[in-house]
Amino acid sequence: MTTLTHKAASRRASKPRRKITRGTVGLNVARLVLGLFFAFPIVFMLVSSLKPDEQIFGDLGSLKAFLPVGHLSLDNYRTTLDTVPALRFLLNSIVVSGVTVALGLFINSLAAFGLSRLQWKGRKIVLALVLATLVVPFETFALPLLWWVNHLPWLTHDGFTLLWTEGWLDTYRVQILPFVANAFSIYLFYSYFQSIPKELDEAAIVDGAGWFRIYRSIIMPLSGPAIASVSILTFLPAWNSYLWPLMVVQTEELRPVMLGVSYFFQLNVEWGPMMAYSSMITIPVLALFLAFQRNFIGSIAASGVKG
Amino acid sequence: MTTTVAPRTTTSRSRTRPPSKAHTRSWVGFSFTAPAIVMLLVFFFVPLILCFLLAFTNARLISGEPTRITGLDNFQRLFSDPLFWKSLRNTAYFAVVVVPMQSALALLLAILVNGQGRAKNFFRTLYFVPVVTSIVVVSILWRFMYASDGLINSMLQLVTFNAVQGTDWLSNTSTAMPAVILMSIWQAVGFHMVIWLAGLQTIPMDLYEAASLDGAGRWDQFRFVTWPGLKNTRTFILVTITIAALSLFAQVQVMTSGGPLDSTSTVVYQAVRAGYTQQATGYASAISLVFFALVLTVSLIQQFLTRDKDA
Repeated sequence: MTTLTHKAASRRASKPRRKITRGTVGLNVARLVLGLFFAFPIVFMLVSSLKPDEQIFGDLGSLKAFLPVGHLSLDNYRTTLDTVPALRFLLNSIVVSGVTVALGLFINSLAAFGLSRLQWKGRKIVLALVLATLVVPFETFALPLLWWVNHLPWLTHDGFTLLWTEGWLDTYRVQILPFVANAFSIYLFYSYFQSIPKELDEAAIVDGAGWFRIYRSIIMPLSGPAIASVSILTFLPAWNSYLWPLMVVQTEELRPVMLGVSYFFQLNVEWGPMMAYSSMITIPVLALFLAFQRNFIGSIAASGVKG
Repeated sequence: MTTTVAPRTTTSRSRTRPPSKAHTRSWVGFSFTAPAIVMLLVFFFVPLILCFLLAFTNARLISGEPTRITGLDNFQRLFSDPLFWKSLRNTAYFAVVVVPMQSALALLLAILVNGQGRAKNFFRTLYFVPVVTSIVVVSILWRFMYASDGLINSMLQLVTFNAVQGTDWLSNTSTAMPAVILMSIWQAVGFHMVIWLAGLQTIPMDLYEAASLDGAGRWDQFRFVTWPGLKNTRTFILVTITIAALSLFAQVQVMTSGGPLDSTSTVVYQAVRAGYTQQATGYASAISLVFFALVLTVSLIQQFLTRDKDA
């Protein structure tokens, strides 16, 4: 089975005409069957979002369930927008994941820069501590964190006077700040920065540049691939996050997209609008994925390399 | 990047610099790292320590009364709670099925799409699509497909000419967990396919050429070249799938709410129910601590086992 790579390589090397053997046909059939297995629920969702409920159920017994045929319309999307503040949820998710990515890029690359380019006392300990956090899944401390953010103070003002408030529940910041500093992002930046020659820093110092200048004008512009990986690996979980917002957000105006699904679990489930909503919150990510699929797959692959 | 030519002058000059430079570097280096350290302290280390502390108290999420130390009460309550043991069993069941199946299927997929070519690239992308789809969306979708009048039963009837009548997969205690398992593997397997692929690409091509010169067939090449070459990847995949499997939550929350008859309740699901729904932070911390111990033990065992074998 593994000889695929090998065969592909030798085929490229000797460049014979592509032979269609029983083996390659079998492999392609296997690929296709698996492809159908992975595609059919998504196709079903997208197609059903365009059909009225009766037709969704009518088509179930045949392959029409996966084909955009029959009475197609955007009615389900209209119903969704009328019954659920879907645009607001989308906006919230864009704000939360956008700010998380932006802050995360900045803070984690700064940290990695400090850890990889500068020599300082305690550097090794900090690095070890950061890497140690990787073995602890979020679920371990999610509930103590919930208690903790409910007790954290925040400085606000009521127009004239500054005052302390307690508790972060029901805010944007409680959805963003806990996920900004990320050990894995630091690690990705760190290992990328290690591959950039240190001579560049020294030359820049001779030219009178400060360390922040080196970070901003030399290291970061050279770190495109790491920036892409970290952006993707921060964006995906932020957009898809469910457990955390479920616990910390009650107000409708602040809910991210994934919490919106609960609107459809009321008494009579209307499947058409639910499929429309699911499509609405999935299509942006799918589009991003298809546009940047090399980066997506590359960044996931990078996460395995450390093993 | 014209400055790259300068290193020689750099070294000679930096030697003449005053020794205070090392000192400057020290606080500069720390200050670059400080924002991340502070945030990790506040949002990682403090909650983690709180988990250990609150587990021995009666802390509640919202409470007028001050928190009291209650010693091992939470753990006593937990270990005498049949729901906990059931959740633990369900979590173990899920992990024991998912870990081998998902890693094997992921490896198969990786081997099928390894290498260059338009078709392979296309299928690689296709297999990966569920990974970027939110587990919540996937859960709703499959909930609909699993319904008694849903897609899966209709397809079963179509394929078997009405010979097989499906069941209401999620409301049946014996089929609910397998249904969650199938869906979870479907969603996550592409992720691990990509990691296997990264591992496959680290194996030098000439090893395969040497093996085939020695007359090794495909299976032998897999056994003697690919499998040993994937040693590190294997450990990583086993550990990450196991931890993800032990953390099972969203699927259960969206699809079954732990039911029917707690047959899909899991450790994390129980922790969330205790700490969020019932606001019993102390009790939830105790559950989280057990979960943490579980994760730690499993990853230590796996690391030990995989290290031992090649010694």
